[in-house]
Amino acid sequence: MDIKDQVIALIAEQAMLEVSDVSETSTLESLGIDSMGLVESIFSIEEAFDISVPFNANRPEDSDFDLTSVATIIAGIETLIAQQKTEKSIG
Amino acid sequence: MKRVVITGAGTINALGISVAETFEAMREGRCGIGALEFRDVERLSIRIGGQVKGYDPEAQFNRQQIALYDRFTQFTLLAAKEAIAQSGLIFSGELAETSGVVLGTAGGGVSTWDDNYRSVYEAGKNRVHPFVVPKLMNNAATSHVSMEHNLKGPTFTVSTACASSNHAMAQAFSMVRSGMSKVMITGGSESMLCFGGVKAWEGLRVMSRDACRPFSANRNGMVQGEGAGVFVFEEYEHARARGADILAEMIGVGMSSDAADIVMPSRRGATRAITGALRDAGISPDQVGYINAHGTGTAANDKTESAAVADAFGAHADDLMISSTKSMHGHLIGGTGAVELLACIMALRDGIIAPTIGYEEPDPECALDVVPNVAREANIDVALNNAFAFGGLNAVLALRKI
Repeated sequence: MDIKDQVIALIAEQAMLEVSDVSETSTLESLGIDSMGLVESIFSIEEAFDISVPFNANRPEDSDFDLTSVATIIAGIETLIAQQKTEKSIG
Repeated sequence: MKRVVITGAGTINALGISVAETFEAMREGRCGIGALEFRDVERLSIRIGGQVKGYDPEAQFNRQQIALYDRFTQFTLLAAKEAIAQSGLIFSGELAETSGVVLGTAGGGVSTWDDNYRSVYEAGKNRVHPFVVPKLMNNAATSHVSMEHNLKGPTFTVSTACASSNHAMAQAFSMVRSGMSKVMITGGSESMLCFGGVKAWEGLRVMSRDACRPFSANRNGMVQGEGAGVFVFEEYEHARARGADILAEMIGVGMSSDAADIVMPSRRGATRAITGALRDAGISPDQVGYINAHGTGTAANDKTESAAVADAFGAHADDLMISSTKSMHGHLIGGTGAVELLACIMALRDGIIAPTIGYEEPDPECALDVVPNVAREANIDVALNNAFAFGGLNAVLALRKI
């Protein structure tokens, strides 16, 4: 499964929806994911991809991680994986 | 002052997953204590407990609920559902605004602490699930009962070790008696049967490796249990007006602090709580027919409690019955008084006194009628429920047949 399919599967599970109900243009809000669901989704993403997502629930808009839609989440994860892989190989 | 009655009861514990199953086990003198089953149990020296066996959280709750509900919360919600269903009450409007929840627990989400410490210390993980805090907090169970049943009045958790649920019920009783609330949901729960929970208790060297034998000369310690007991306390006229089935009447409470030692019980502190309950209920000692003892099965508790009962009741101490049902369901710590209140209700309502099982040898320092090994039929009017906690905090409840 590629990153996109994995993210969609995680978000669908969180929203208790079928994978087919989640598209790249969906927003978390439109899928019925509330603020608790959001932090839980970020946790599942971190666990699944072994990355650390910079996110503060007090000021989500200040996070470097763009949560606007499923597509921006996927893009954010791809960037983090690339960055954190580099950090690990340097470290 | 208002009269306070009990119109609903619910439980889950090692003896059963309902009040009916628990009553049946108590009548039969069945032992719910057995081999503990959880991760790393082989590293413990104490390997028995009153564990709730065959319980499947996924049959009761969905995935999102399980992510939020520690085992002690799950037990509480199941017991509350049974109690509120029995009462027939539906909370809306003004009744919802004034009805609240006061529950006891000593440890709260112990297995949530345990699992997550294990994850960060032992497994070396640097990330925990986001709901660890709302899952482990001591008031989690209370809040979820409030949310589930639309109870919007005074709501909080009481934590006084082994007296937690008795103190909680004393508080709920006072709130209904004063007229503050028409209905309060009360009782308590505990679930510390996990590696860290039992390991901590092991350290005290007060646990038995084989059985809980309260008042028996060969007793060798306490055995932990787990579960919940939840009750609906309701103002008498309110209950009568709607034709509710009344299980028993709560008539008084006595509370005291030993102000002496953090673990050793005090005869005088216990006596003051018992006599305080009699005075509060406005009854004389000879009206009491049954006491559900704190009866932990430790050397210290059982002889101190026996002496306190002798002091509080004088000659009548020889005429009343006193049993410890911890011999069957184990010591539920902060939830124990709530499950033990069921034995008081069974005594008052059904005329059946639950036995002290595992009783093998009389102890001259516990020379009371402890209803050894076999349940007994008896017609009694008043029952007491004793709880004497670590920290020297005591709470005794008095109930009457109705």
